[in-house]
Amino acid sequence: MTDNRKIDPETGTETTGHSWDGIEELNTPLPRWWLWTFYATVIWGVIYTILYPAWPMVSGATTGLLGYSTRAEVADEIERVDLSNADLTESLVRVDLGVLEENEKLHRFAVQAGRSVFAANCSQCHGAGAGGVVASGYPNLLDDDWLWGGTMEEIAYTVRHGIRNEEDPDARFSEMPPFDWMEEAELDAVAHFVRSLSKLKHDESAAIEGASLYADNCSACHDENGLGDRELGAPNLADAIWLRGSSHDAIMRQLNAPRMGVMPPWQARLGEAEVRAVTAYVHGLGGGEADVGKSEVEPTQ
Amino acid sequence: MSDSAPPLFAAREPIFPRRVSGFFRRLKWVILILTLGVYYITPWIRWDRGPNLPDQAVLVDLANRRFHFFWIEIWPHEFYFVAGLLIMAGLGLFLFTSALGRVWCGYACPQTVWSDLFMTVERWIEGDRNARIRLHNAPWSPRKALLRLSKWVVWLLIAVATGGAWVFYFADAPTLAHDLVTLQAAPVAYVTIAVLTATTFIFGGFMREQVCIYMCPWPRIQGAMMDPGTLTVGYRKWRGEPRGKGGVKRQKVAAEAIGSGDAVARYGAAVDKNTAAERQSRSGEVLGDCIDCNACVAVCPMGIDIREGQQMECITCALCIDACDDVMAKIGRPRGLIDYLALDDEPPTQPKESAEVAGLAETPAGDVAGASQPSWQPKPLWQHIFRPRTIFYTTAWAAIGVALIVALFIRPEIDMTIAPVRNPTYVTLSDGSIRNAYDIRLRNKHGEARDFQLSLVAESGLQLALEGAPDNLVEVPADTSRLQRVYVIAPPQAPAAGQQRSDLRLWVEDVISGERAYGNTIFNGKEDRNERSEDAG
Repeated sequence: MTDNRKIDPETGTETTGHSWDGIEELNTPLPRWWLWTFYATVIWGVIYTILYPAWPMVSGATTGLLGYSTRAEVADEIERVDLSNADLTESLVRVDLGVLEENEKLHRFAVQAGRSVFAANCSQCHGAGAGGVVASGYPNLLDDDWLWGGTMEEIAYTVRHGIRNEEDPDARFSEMPPFDWMEEAELDAVAHFVRSLSKLKHDESAAIEGASLYADNCSACHDENGLGDRELGAPNLADAIWLRGSSHDAIMRQLNAPRMGVMPPWQARLGEAEVRAVTAYVHGLGGGEADVGKSEVEPTQ
Repeated sequence: MSDSAPPLFAAREPIFPRRVSGFFRRLKWVILILTLGVYYITPWIRWDRGPNLPDQAVLVDLANRRFHFFWIEIWPHEFYFVAGLLIMAGLGLFLFTSALGRVWCGYACPQTVWSDLFMTVERWIEGDRNARIRLHNAPWSPRKALLRLSKWVVWLLIAVATGGAWVFYFADAPTLAHDLVTLQAAPVAYVTIAVLTATTFIFGGFMREQVCIYMCPWPRIQGAMMDPGTLTVGYRKWRGEPRGKGGVKRQKVAAEAIGSGDAVARYGAAVDKNTAAERQSRSGEVLGDCIDCNACVAVCPMGIDIREGQQMECITCALCIDACDDVMAKIGRPRGLIDYLALDDEPPTQPKESAEVAGLAETPAGDVAGASQPSWQPKPLWQHIFRPRTIFYTTAWAAIGVALIVALFIRPEIDMTIAPVRNPTYVTLSDGSIRNAYDIRLRNKHGEARDFQLSLVAESGLQLALEGAPDNLVEVPADTSRLQRVYVIAPPQAPAAGQQRSDLRLWVEDVISGERAYGNTIFNGKEDRNERSEDAG
């Protein structure tokens, strides 16, 4: 007997011959349309892997006959956007930064572009909200205190050349020498005097003693009234903003072994247009200064 | 062997509805013309809103995220108006269904209206029911091909017009019409037209009643909203049965004798007035009013026999009423064998049958009526319309409507949302002041640019500053919103500077109209109070 097929008498369908508790499994064939759809997907799959990147190789993957890649698509899109913004970018490079804000459309373009530039390049140190990190000495860019100046031009210079880096000869540079050669008591007195400048709690007699030491050693850079010097990047010691902390201990640390931040030059990496864009963005974060040196934001009741 | 397996689905039985005329048919024509007219004409109505706004009366402006409806303009954040309208539409359907059954399905549903239109075209080109059946059964011939082709072409034209009208609601209609013809319109317009053309063509031309029976969820839901008091299309079995063709026996029947109850009595009176006669079949059986002419079946667009009772396919289009009334008039019987009726108004028994068994003509009327005094009493029409559930639906519907209208009239023309900037929560300034930043979105719903003045409550001791706006004035262009960075500064001595959080209210004033609005938010002070008190000399 070659034909040992079993036919279910009820339905007339062939059974698989398997039986469980007397229940037999019908061997119902797949519907034709299902089968053809399945074959069609197989053929589709083969064609797809030939046309598009598909098979993983030792390094990379097959590129496919169409040469398609999502990266190329993104690159195309970026190029398209850049092209559509070419006019604005060109004007941004040429415009006098001092009057950028008067050109509303260009300024808005610069701020929006700068927001992206900042998020990609600056937020790692200065924070996503540009609030800085006090513990690490990354300056807060939102406040009205600027070590090297807060006008458009000055911010742009800082972004272009950076601070205390070795790559750019035009980098802003200054150095606070360590005062560890002074007596501990003398340093303590200086620290008390420095805290007295901004009316923080201090020892009055020590502060009087520290005043003369300050005048001899510190006032050349930090100003005799502690107002600092932006030409030298010397911080203002009489205000409420302390890059590395306002506590007595923090000031003593800074006197003994000063820490000074470094910022890389961005000119080569970003290009002039993006430098200006991020400048406009940072300038508009609330602390930007007008060219005359007066604060942009005029508080009113 | 597998050929013997039963098919998984039943093939559609083609339906060839016959032409019918009458009150309900005329009503359906009126509704068809009205609904289609509104649909096609609305986008072309102009409405002047000034130079900065579109002049189309009804416009869903997706690009600018505005919905214009005559004098009303809805912004995306006011979407609750649309949600409210949708709820009203739902409740309205509940209301109509509980009072009048599937009246929406029968008269106003787009599927019904367009199917009706397509059937009219079909009848116009291929002829009425019998001609269409002959054509359907005939082998393909040049004539059949020509008729089919011309029918499909007209259908397709209607379908294109339907899809075409839809896109006009989303763009300036004259401009878009020009762009469509000159092939300059956006691809999405063509795709939308193509999709709607295809659905109209297929649903209206070929699927028809199958959409209602198999695809639409609404009929299934409607079953839960109908009760025996709902007015719906039905067949008066007590009057029609036993049906059959038979000769007329010229014998007047006493009105009282036919049955009992108000509806039956009224029917009896009508019979009397019409001087109609008892009908008898050839075998001498006394027959009901139904002469089994099949007119109700022939005109039914759903292909059902209403005499089998209420069934899920019935969309209550009432065409069978027109068809039957026509026949009743011809045989001299009162109208309404098939009629709008409520199930609990109909006699629970079948008086004719019992009368026939008892030998109606000889039996005094009192015996039949007295033997089983019916407990039912037909209600007047208004009692079917005004019932607790319809009153409830009407109340809920009206309440939402009133609430929406009130909300529409009291909504402010200027609007402000405040988002505090929380990274960082505050900034210390050189003089020790604490500054908070807020992103404020100002909305100007006027047709022209407006200046907005921002201010704080003066007593708070806080100061306000706007990025790029020294005098705290912001110009917002017409019909747009503007994002503005706003700073609030607490001087070192201000209580807000030392508190972790304090409440803050910002005011915005339209300089021209003087209209004011405010927004509440939070001011974050210096978090670590201990450090501050230690630092304070």
